[in-house]
Amino acid sequence: MREMKRPFEQVVTDHGDTVLRVCRAVVGFQDADDAWSETFLAAMRAYPDLPPDANVEAWLVTIAHRKSIDGVRGRQRRPVPTGELPERPSAIGVPGSADHDLDLWDAVRALPGKQRQAVAYHHFAGLPYKDVAELLGGTAEAARRAASDGIKALRTAFPDSSARGATP
Amino acid sequence: MNDTLPNDTALLALASTEPGALDRLHRRLEEAADRDGLLDVAYTTVDSPVGALLLASTRTGLVRVAFGVEDHDKVLEALATRLSPRVLRSPQRLDQAARELDQYFAGTRTAFDLPLDLSLSSGFRQLVQRHLPEIGYGHTQSYGQVARLVGSPKAVRAVGSACATNPLPVVVPCHRVLRSDGTLGGYAGGLAAKSALLRLEAEAAAV
Repeated sequence: MREMKRPFEQVVTDHGDTVLRVCRAVVGFQDADDAWSETFLAAMRAYPDLPPDANVEAWLVTIAHRKSIDGVRGRQRRPVPTGELPERPSAIGVPGSADHDLDLWDAVRALPGKQRQAVAYHHFAGLPYKDVAELLGGTAEAARRAASDGIKALRTAFPDSSARGATP
Repeated sequence: MNDTLPNDTALLALASTEPGALDRLHRRLEEAADRDGLLDVAYTTVDSPVGALLLASTRTGLVRVAFGVEDHDKVLEALATRLSPRVLRSPQRLDQAARELDQYFAGTRTAFDLPLDLSLSSGFRQLVQRHLPEIGYGHTQSYGQVARLVGSPKAVRAVGSACATNPLPVVVPCHRVLRSDGTLGGYAGGLAAKSALLRLEAEAAAV
């Protein structure tokens, strides 16, 4: 009896949206498409060896995390010794639509690296803090604090978010 | 586990992705996966007079055609288990198959010219399925005649199961095999689909 495994298409359907939001939060709107593509291509390569009971979304976020570090390293053209993402220059013009979201991505991008990652992995991807801590290094409590500080900063940047979010 | 406040939920709802973004990324993934040799099973669905058909292809060729009544999700799960879990919706690889099926259903094509992958069947069943295209368009044979055709005249029931488990219906014409009394026998797509195909071929052949 061979083990059951869902078609990879189902993985893309179920998690593509979450991974895109995580990528946008971590590497910024402009580089998110590349990060998403690299993440799912690497995932498809490794998928046959993934244990059937694995948490697929956590696995994808881990791959996205590594790919985002690789991507930043590539763009910085110098090694970065930790998982900490260096600050990038402030937002430049972004082509395409979705203007109402771009403000948020700019605000997320303005957060310090660990806050940005903690918000992405905990709030966008739903990873528990202990898993976030495994990705970022440090303790679960530090991850919780980073996410909380990040959300606080975003709340300051979007004081009227409850009104805007209510009518998407 | 998640201590997001209601207000933050609204805040994070701002991060919704715009329509079309994921479709664009999906197409990019299809191309990259094919280029890197990761697209083990590509599939698409096409409309037809006998309902939506699932078409799936390996790098070798068309490996599965499935009717809606077979439950396309279940068929894809079976492909993931039997062939490879690297299954991706990728219509491009199925372009030629889709085009030839269109022509078949329009009555302008009487034989398929497609690379086939018969790896979902083996042994006697595959032998029977290899011979089925010898039954000409618009013609029918009985299960017994097919048994004689493959050189095993007593294997009438085995021919029946070979037809019933044909992974490539329509393209490999198991619908042209009937009971010796002329009644339809069985069909994975349902008897209505079987008689629709036979009617289509009889009408197109008569023109």
